[in-house]
Formats: sequence, C-alpha cells, structure tokens
Amino acid sequence: MSIGTYATSSVAVGGDSVRGAEGSRAWRKLARNPAALAGALILLAVIGAAVFAPWVAPQDPARQSLIRRFTPPVWAHGGNIAYPLGTDQVGRDILSRIIYGARVSLLVGISAVLVSLTVGVTLGLLSGFFRGRVDTVIMTVVDVTLSFPQLLLALAFVAALGPSLLTIIVVLGLTGWERYARVVRAEVLALREKDFVEAARAIGASPTRLLLGHLLPNTFSSIIVMSTLQVAQAILQEAALSFLGVGTGSAYPTWGQMISLGRDFVSVAWWLATFPGLAILLTVLAINLVGDRLRDALDPRVG
Amino acid sequence: MLTLLVRRVIRLVVVLAVVSLVTFAILHVSGDPVSLMMPEAPESDRAALRLAMGFNEPLPAQFVRFLANTARGDFGNSFFHRAPALPLVLERMPTTLLLTVLALGLSLAIALPVGILSAVRRNSLFDHGATFVVFLGTSMPVFWTGIMLIILFAVQLRLLPVSGWESWQALVLPTATLATFSTPLLLRIVRSSMLEVINLDYVRTARAKGVSERIVIWHHALINAALPLVTVAGLQFGILLGGAIVTETVFAVPGLGRLIVSAIRQLDFPIVQAGVFVLALIVVLVNFAVDLLYIYLNPQIRVR
Repeated sequence: MSIGTYATSSVAVGGDSVRGAEGSRAWRKLARNPAALAGALILLAVIGAAVFAPWVAPQDPARQSLIRRFTPPVWAHGGNIAYPLGTDQVGRDILSRIIYGARVSLLVGISAVLVSLTVGVTLGLLSGFFRGRVDTVIMTVVDVTLSFPQLLLALAFVAALGPSLLTIIVVLGLTGWERYARVVRAEVLALREKDFVEAARAIGASPTRLLLGHLLPNTFSSIIVMSTLQVAQAILQEAALSFLGVGTGSAYPTWGQMISLGRDFVSVAWWLATFPGLAILLTVLAINLVGDRLRDALDPRVG
Repeated sequence: MLTLLVRRVIRLVVVLAVVSLVTFAILHVSGDPVSLMMPEAPESDRAALRLAMGFNEPLPAQFVRFLANTARGDFGNSFFHRAPALPLVLERMPTTLLLTVLALGLSLAIALPVGILSAVRRNSLFDHGATFVVFLGTSMPVFWTGIMLIILFAVQLRLLPVSGWESWQALVLPTATLATFSTPLLLRIVRSSMLEVINLDYVRTARAKGVSERIVIWHHALINAALPLVTVAGLQFGILLGGAIVTETVFAVPGLGRLIVSAIRQLDFPIVQAGVFVLALIVVLVNFAVDLLYIYLNPQIRVR
C-alpha cells in the first residue's frame, strides 16, 4: 500500500490530539484568515437558511403560478421584487426553492459523511492495529472501492434500490469511506510504535482500551479535517445524482434537480440553472475554505 | 522486484474478482431482480422470467454463473436495444476515451506550467491566484459548469453548438467542461509534488553549481516530482471518468456515460452491469499500469 499514502500525504499526520490550549490556538488561527472567515460566514448563512427555511423563504416553494412563469430576476427587465431570483417554468419562486433545497444538500452531505466516518475509521483502526491478514483483507476492499468510478457505482445502486433520502445517504457513505480507512491506518501504524502506546500496553491495557482510549483520540485532527472536506464532496455528488435523475425522492426540491430542469430552458431562461448552481458553488467553496484552514490550523507540522 | 511484480498481479486478480462481485450485487441488492426489471408485469410473467434467468437458484450458484459469463464477455441482452450488452458498451467506449484523453491533455497543458510556477514562486500573488482558482474549480459542480458554458458560448454568443459530437466544434465545450473538472485536481498535485522536492539538498546543489534555473526546474526537480504525480493521477482516473459521465449527459455526447445513464432510467440492467464492469476494469488496469510504472521509475525498488 505504499502507493495510497501519497494521496493523503497532505493530510495532517500529527501526534497531538486537539484539546484545551491546542484547540483554542487552532480557532484563533482559523479566525485570522479572511478567506476562511468568509467561508465560515457563508456556511453559517446556508445552515441558517436551511434550518429556518419556512421563515426565511419569501414564497411557498411548491406554489405554481402560470401567469408568473419565467419571471426574470428582479434586476432584469420584467423582474418582480416578490421573486428576487425569478421563477421557473411553472412559476415557482427560485429563491425559495434554493432555500428549501439547502435542507436536502446539508442533510445528505453531513449524514453521508457520518456513515463513511464510522465505517472508515473502524476499518482503519482494525487494519493498522492488527496488521497481518486483517490488514490485507481490508486494504484489498479499499483497492476495490477505489477502482469503481464512485459516482457511477452510487448511480447504479441508487437506481437498483429505488430513490430515497436514506438510500442516497447510505450509498454515498459506503462509496466514500476508504480515505478514512487509509489515513487512520497509516496513523495507527506510526503511533503504535510510540512510547505512550508501549507504556499503556506494559501496564496491561486491553486491545480495546488501546484502540479507543489511546490510538483513536490521536487521529481526531485528521478525521475532523477529512470529514469537513468530504461534506463538500458529498454535496457535489448528491447534486450530480439528482441531476442525472436518480434523486432523493423527497418532497423538497434539490439543487441538482433544479439545474437539471433548467438545462431544458437554457435558451429562454438562463436563471433557472444558474442560481441553484451558484448556491452549490458558494456552499461547497465555503466548506472547502474552512476545511483547508482547519487543516493548516490542526497540522502541527505547518507553522 | 520479481516478488513485488507477482504480488501486484495477484492483487489484480483479487481486485477483479471483487469487482465482479460488486457488479453482480447491483442486480441483487434489492432482493428481487425481477420486480426491478419488470415492475408492472403480472405475476405469471415474473415467474417465467425468474425461471428463464435462473433467479430461483441459490445466490452463490448464480454468482459462479455470472463469473463464467463475464469471463466470456457475456452480460446478457439489453432489454431496450435487444442486442448483447457488451458490444453496445464497447461501441461507445472510444467516444468516452477520446473525451477523457482530450480533457486530460488540456488539463496537463495548463496544470504543469501553472503548478510549477506556483511552487517556484510560493506565496506570490500568482500562487495565491492559482490556489484560489483551484478552490473555485473543485467547488463547481461539473454539470453546472457545462450548462454555464452552453449559455455563454452557444446561446448568447452562438459560437459553438449546444450539444452533439459530429464536428470538431462540438468537441470544444465538452472537453473544456471536463477540463475545468480535472485541471484543479492535477494543478494541486503538480504544485504539492514540486514543493516537496524544490527545497531538497540536491536541487540547491544544482543551483550552487550554476546550473540554469530552467534545467534545475524542468530536469532536476520535475523528474523527481513526477513519481507522486503519476501515482495520484492514476488514482484520480476513476474520478475523471465519473466527470466524463456527467459531461456526456449535459452535452448529449453519444458515449458510454450517456448509454449507462439512460440504461439506468430504463432499468436496462445488462447494460448497466456491462458498463460498470468495463469502466471499473479500465480504472483497475490503469492503476495496475501505474503500479508497474512506479516500480520501473523508482530506483530504490528497481535496483533490488
């Protein structure tokens, strides 16, 4: 597995866990960076819009109005202040649909990462701790997971299982766990030779205690960084699945679905596809900026 | 070196076996493949299909049969096209590979010089600009980028066709779209691999000897940065194919991605399985080739 480690070499391989003074120093570093700060603010706004959608959205996202169809954005000729970003082909308010769409994106993004995290960290810990045959089996599964175009595999399984929010979350979660397994394994392999693990073993700590009490906490900083960045990936993938037509089957509109519908009207109404895409871009960019800064702040090797 | 080679080949075989298992699972994961294939048919038709397809047999037996058929290149007949699935998939392969290779070439042409300059002038305005573009590029959904390019170049400026694959003009937008997806990935790798080697002693020595900056960068540094670059590029190949699938859907490019996506909508599972298997096979073989290249390029392994 010498190969795989290159891909993750940029992720923190630190020996210190984040607690107390270490943590607050990290936060101060995060706040000093204007790009990361902007990212954090955008992210807060998106989370706020998702949570308080019924109060924030100017219109009912499902209400159709044929006389108002294809209303352009408010600054364009024929725009209407009641529909700031215009309306779609059946007269639904685009801004309100984007605000409700944030719910699906964030829910899927965060839940899928939790699934990946649980599976990947568990397998990575076991792989690095027990080595030998366990390691070989788990790393073969990692190789296989890497072999499939992830999006295509997710597409095929979601289609086979039928579109639902839960299916999307589980499928995206189960196709994105291998990076956690690889990084956690590499860290455990390095950590298990260290004195503090040796000492814990010498005083008779059980394997479970070693794994959960001593090794796991020391992988937290990389896990936090990876999870943050993966939420961004999961949001992009959910959007791509919705765009390709195997959506969440939920009552809420999704950003990917809105872009997919807008594709058919590019020549008459550019705003249909443009604004949901901007929403994805801003959200994902915000998460990436925060995640990247988090990596610098938590990585003890970077000054 | 030979033992390492043998180990890589064994791993290739194991990975291919598990790839087949996953492909097999696509049809069986829902529990009842028949209701997946014909959701609205009466029970008598379903029973007939179940018998004809051998779905009544135990799953391990079905998997063994699937393996044997796969080895012979038989994925069954497409329900929609009423023809063997594998030839239909292979027929579309050149289009998808052409799109991918064109985009990869364009990406490399941009990512190599920009990434190297970024690393050489670390923390300059140019470097910060390039880093921001990488952030922007990796945060854009590729299908949306494609639609924005359509709105700009096909609808507003009327310079290029909205979709298709018949003329060279039609290739421009899909290639550009896929390249916006792959360039940031490569640029980031070029920059970080260059940064790893650029401050090493041997580079400093070369400079101290009076070797020109151009030769130091392109010869001394880049050759050593190439190793991680090749490896990661191999790992990213699957992601790139995923991007190609989405790009084909946006521009109605008659490639493998579009075939699979419409097969999924039509519940045409032989095509889906054949397509998934072929694409995974390509990724596996590319990574196998990268492994071999790695063994060859890395003197530490080659000498042993």
